[in-house]
Amino acid sequence: MATNPGTGSRTGRAARGGVAALSAVLLVAACSGGGGPRAAQEAEESAAPLAATYEGPEVTLQFWNGFTGADGPFMQSLVDEFNTEHDNITVAMESQAWAEYYESVPAAVSTGNGPHIGAMHVDQVATYAARNVLSSVDDVAEVLALEEDAFAPAVWQAGLYDDRRYSVPLDVHPIGFFYNRTLMEQAGLDPENPPQDRESYEAALDAFQEAGIQGHWVSPYAPGARMFESLAKQFGAELYSEDGEQATWDSPEALEALEWMLGLVEEGHSPPDVANPAEAIAFQNGENPFYWGGIWMINTFAPETDLDWGVAPLPVIGEEQAVFAGSHQLVLLERQEWTPDERQASAVFIDWVVDNSLGWAEGGQVPAAAEVRESPEFAALPHVPVFASELEDTFFPPSLPGIAESQTILWTALNEVLLGDRDPQEALEESARAANEALERSREQFATAE
Amino acid sequence: MSVQTSSATSRAAAAAPARPVRRGAPWTPYAFLAPYLLLFVVFVAVPAVFGLWISLHNWDYLIDNSPFVGLENYTRLFDRDSLAAGDFWQSMRATGIFTLYSVPPLVAIPLAVAVLLNRSFRGRTFFRAVFFAPYVLGIAVIGVLFGFILDPNIGLLNDYLGRLGIARNIPWTTSVPEAWISLVSVTVWWTLGFNAVIYLAGLQDIPRELYEAASVDGANSWQRFWHITLPGLRRVLVFVITITVLASANMFGQSYLITHGGPGSETRVAIMFIAEEGLGNFRMGSAAAMSYVLMFFLVVLATGMFAMFRRWED
Repeated sequence: MATNPGTGSRTGRAARGGVAALSAVLLVAACSGGGGPRAAQEAEESAAPLAATYEGPEVTLQFWNGFTGADGPFMQSLVDEFNTEHDNITVAMESQAWAEYYESVPAAVSTGNGPHIGAMHVDQVATYAARNVLSSVDDVAEVLALEEDAFAPAVWQAGLYDDRRYSVPLDVHPIGFFYNRTLMEQAGLDPENPPQDRESYEAALDAFQEAGIQGHWVSPYAPGARMFESLAKQFGAELYSEDGEQATWDSPEALEALEWMLGLVEEGHSPPDVANPAEAIAFQNGENPFYWGGIWMINTFAPETDLDWGVAPLPVIGEEQAVFAGSHQLVLLERQEWTPDERQASAVFIDWVVDNSLGWAEGGQVPAAAEVRESPEFAALPHVPVFASELEDTFFPPSLPGIAESQTILWTALNEVLLGDRDPQEALEESARAANEALERSREQFATAE
Repeated sequence: MSVQTSSATSRAAAAAPARPVRRGAPWTPYAFLAPYLLLFVVFVAVPAVFGLWISLHNWDYLIDNSPFVGLENYTRLFDRDSLAAGDFWQSMRATGIFTLYSVPPLVAIPLAVAVLLNRSFRGRTFFRAVFFAPYVLGIAVIGVLFGFILDPNIGLLNDYLGRLGIARNIPWTTSVPEAWISLVSVTVWWTLGFNAVIYLAGLQDIPRELYEAASVDGANSWQRFWHITLPGLRRVLVFVITITVLASANMFGQSYLITHGGPGSETRVAIMFIAEEGLGNFRMGSAAAMSYVLMFFLVVLATGMFAMFRRWED
């Protein structure tokens, strides 16, 4: 960490920004090793405390995110509404695909050209906080009097890294159980009563089989991995140790969950070799009756007028309910210079978006803010409230820097098992060992961060 | 060259006969080279050397402390107990397999296409455009397109094969070797036109008289191909083989988008793994070390090929 965050280093960074704009990633790396944007932040912290409203001169804030799907227009209209309501704040939103977003934000931040506000997935917050990309929002949380009670507890906790708060929860997006009413009727099932426990679920699958329908296409890719993680928890397995430092999915409970999933393929309830995202397309085409998919799929299926579908909470196949979820969180990025005006205006924006996240819920998300979630307007939305009922049983990957790597290791192993290429027990054991090696390396890697 | 000299001479002659021929300042060639040289230095040479430096550290450009670790990033790759090293070598193997299977068809099929397109027939220009057309498409388009065509359960190809009663539900993207067959076929379809165009240019340089003379001597078309076309294309062939080997060894998009590196990590090629390590897991030092190991193999391969071709040319 540089000892002097004064003007000298600032000029240097501006010059370096110019070089970096011209050059490849490696050169960016070359030029911005020292100093670090965090230095600027610490200088900023002595500034006056923030206020809950913004009365200052006109200010423009950059807001970057990865909402390029059906969710993009919903966020854009929220931003437009905010801009109309606030004469002295203009928020400019820019979206790019998440994968690119996660690469370009750190590069932009390191050259001093980053945005003010960003959105991030809950399991990425710790990683980017450790990598000095995020600016702690402790000041924002304090001024807005944000409290855990106002949010779903799991999402609120996930925004903490190293005893500081780096994000404000915007939404929760769990997976749910989508079902096709037409196909259920064909198999002689009650289309208004989707199965909610193991016995009725298996009975429904058998009924489909008799009607010559494959009841539940099992994806060996991300959707299947989210299903496995939910099932493993339902059967009583913990995927990680409490501190998140050990991968613990090599347990008999996790194996039981995986074998149940594999059984669906082996018993013919799912075709083999389901590529990504064939199970969702098959559901959309009215071929696949049961599909465990993310809440965001609502907006994919809604326009299909020929498709008579509903959505329910995940059935409890194991001992007790557990549902895999993700969460979008609002973050502030490190900058060369955060002016008090920008800081204040950003706090106002975050506060406003969280309060008005009903508009975001329409885009297929469960608002993280309890007040919005418990409002009658939210309850009146189609489909989305079903997912809110799952909320207390949702869980996220641990919020540790570098966690994405061990998730990838697990998901790759699941892929091999569900494609019939690998023994489930061996795959779980081997991948847990590999993930522990990766977690160990991550600890070393990020231990030097502070 | 000759044109330049003669015009310079005539101008000199017109002015004053005694004055020496003006050939420009000694630095003229360097001035012409400068723009490219600058780009080369900034975008290739400096990063290449700087990458070596990165590979000796546990590097993250956003973290202030990037400790020097010496050759650890390299020795780790040869550590038998390290699972990460195992993954790296598996990805190198995947790159090797793809290169091995894709280079022969990418050298042979475009040659056949070029020979056909070099004959005169109606609609020749149209067909030249048709064969080149896929190359214009970006890998993202190719990826999405073939994702739908090759899907084992809901894909177009298996649907037609099923209707024709040939085969059912072949796992084109979810099993090996089917996934390799898919990736190689897609790549051949996609980049065939590029190699064909290079061959075409080479074919047009072979003097017509040679073919006429051979015909007079009673050579059949196979003999003409073998004794005139192929030797005439020797240099072009060397070029095509070299760039095809390098392009195949750098394959990334096809397996990233069509097979997602799967099944498991069977088709996760080296570039994909290195990108994951460096940009996904933020181990830029380790990723840089892997890049140099990959580069080492490519340099050995390229040197071997050149040595072989030199013997062939003699």
